[in-house]
Amino acid sequence: MLIRQISIFIENRPGRLAAVTQLLGDAGIDIRSLCLADTRDFGILRLIVNQPDRAIGVLKDADCTITVTNVVGVKIPDRPNGLAEILQILNRADVNVEYMYAFVGQTGDCANVIFRVDNEEKCVQVLQENDVAVLTNQEVSGDC
Amino acid sequence: MERYWNEEMERMDRKSLETLQSYRLMRTVRRVYENVPLYRERMDAAGVKPEDIRSVADLHKLPFTYKQDLRDTYPYGMFAVPMNEVVRLHASSGTTGKKIVVGYTANDLDMWAECCARALTAAGADSNDFMHVSYGYGLFTGGLGLHGGAEKVGMTVIPVSTGNTKQQVTILKDFGSTYICCTPSYALNLAETMKEMGITKDEIQLRAGLFGAEPWTEEMRQDIEDKLGLKALDIYGLTEILGPGVAYECSAQTGMHINEDHFIAEIIDPDTGEVLPDGAQGELVFTCISKEAFPMLRYRTRDIVQLERGVCSCGRTFVKMKKPMGRSDDMLIIRGVNVFPSQIESVLLSLGNTAPYYQIIVDRVNNTDTFEIQVEISPEMFTDTVKNLEEQAKQIREAVHTTLGIQAKITLVEPKTIPRTEGKAVHVVDHRKLH
Repeated sequence: MLIRQISIFIENRPGRLAAVTQLLGDAGIDIRSLCLADTRDFGILRLIVNQPDRAIGVLKDADCTITVTNVVGVKIPDRPNGLAEILQILNRADVNVEYMYAFVGQTGDCANVIFRVDNEEKCVQVLQENDVAVLTNQEVSGDC
Repeated sequence: MERYWNEEMERMDRKSLETLQSYRLMRTVRRVYENVPLYRERMDAAGVKPEDIRSVADLHKLPFTYKQDLRDTYPYGMFAVPMNEVVRLHASSGTTGKKIVVGYTANDLDMWAECCARALTAAGADSNDFMHVSYGYGLFTGGLGLHGGAEKVGMTVIPVSTGNTKQQVTILKDFGSTYICCTPSYALNLAETMKEMGITKDEIQLRAGLFGAEPWTEEMRQDIEDKLGLKALDIYGLTEILGPGVAYECSAQTGMHINEDHFIAEIIDPDTGEVLPDGAQGELVFTCISKEAFPMLRYRTRDIVQLERGVCSCGRTFVKMKKPMGRSDDMLIIRGVNVFPSQIESVLLSLGNTAPYYQIIVDRVNNTDTFEIQVEISPEMFTDTVKNLEEQAKQIREAVHTTLGIQAKITLVEPKTIPRTEGKAVHVVDHRKLH
């Protein structure tokens, strides 16, 4: 149930972000979701893509520094308190969220949220016990 | 069992060696006074006659020779023999200003090969070994210098020269080279390329390597030994004096033995020119006592080193020089503090997880020096969280501060953005316009 997230080190220079995304685009890889963490000197671009293995190959061939992390994707009903309820579940189970980011599913009635947590296995387990829809790699690669 | 190429010379007792040095020095001084106008003018100006130099103890009476003198007399003004006796020319890389041209007679080439043969034998090589030479061939002395020494030993020499690193890795593996010589930064470049090609150190046969032509650190030695699975030995030389082989490391790995039957070494205070006692750190000065075509008298190398006398555990009696900390003209003065690039390298390597690719960028903004160290991020360092990377930059900053006493800005940069070199590494970019 875990989703593979690719993180890329990006120097804070004009055109670097464009160059990296272009690289993936040219290889026909579709970015499903992304999040950019930035500091003054560098950024970390975190991506969920439709073909992770190919993307890893393309990025490595281009001498990008990357790391692959397992993250948890959750489908959250698009209504007030939808996210808060999920976070409460994780909090009660002592699962810490390092960072998270959201993207809208194409059907529009749900939001997809990616969680990077300190214990992925436990995170998936408690969510499933609470009947929360955990996204699979396929669901993320395809459409919500 | 330690082996020697020329045991008689390499283990000569001090007294006999000094007698030999004195004799050769006297002859050299007399000859250059006759044949090289610059030496004659300098000695006349200093009131020194050739007959005043009767032993090594008189050496300090001679004037110094500087790199600028070699530029001023470009190309052949310092040659001490007629050109028909010169069988080879080399030239320094000349990164700043004019090139320096040096010449060799047939005897000089033989002496050079002898010096390199001593270095190779001290590294354990014999005629059964294969020597991969990836120093540049051409005007640079590295390639042909060690080539000659390896042939003298009877090794099977593979003159690969520089460039095409992937092909070099294939040659190393397929030809079964047991020895290699190149710059230390190129050795790491080779190791990195091997890793990319999925070739492990167990698939190559290298036993030892002779690395030189740029300053390097103990940490870098460890790194090269680990990654290539060989014994990494230092070799020292400079174009003006000979090329590689002026001094060489033995199995003790605690300094390089200077070939004292051919070169007399002194340590001086670079500011006052005063000769310093043994063990003091200062500028290394060489006098060639057997060279025919291009003999330097008291040549200022600008290398900052320490000498160590006494019989080495390897049995050699030649004085040992510690690895140069840097050249006095490589030294940066940043906010009044002396900084050698090799110190930065030590810091980075001591933190363990950093590949030693870095560049120092110095500038002056509002009359204050800015000091930035760009460090290439390696896959091992990289994680998906910002705080982890910031923590690593902080560790580097603190270690630099502890070592140098000044603050540097640490910038993590993408891999392969700092230029790789096949010759010497460019570690410093100084944008200050102070002159």
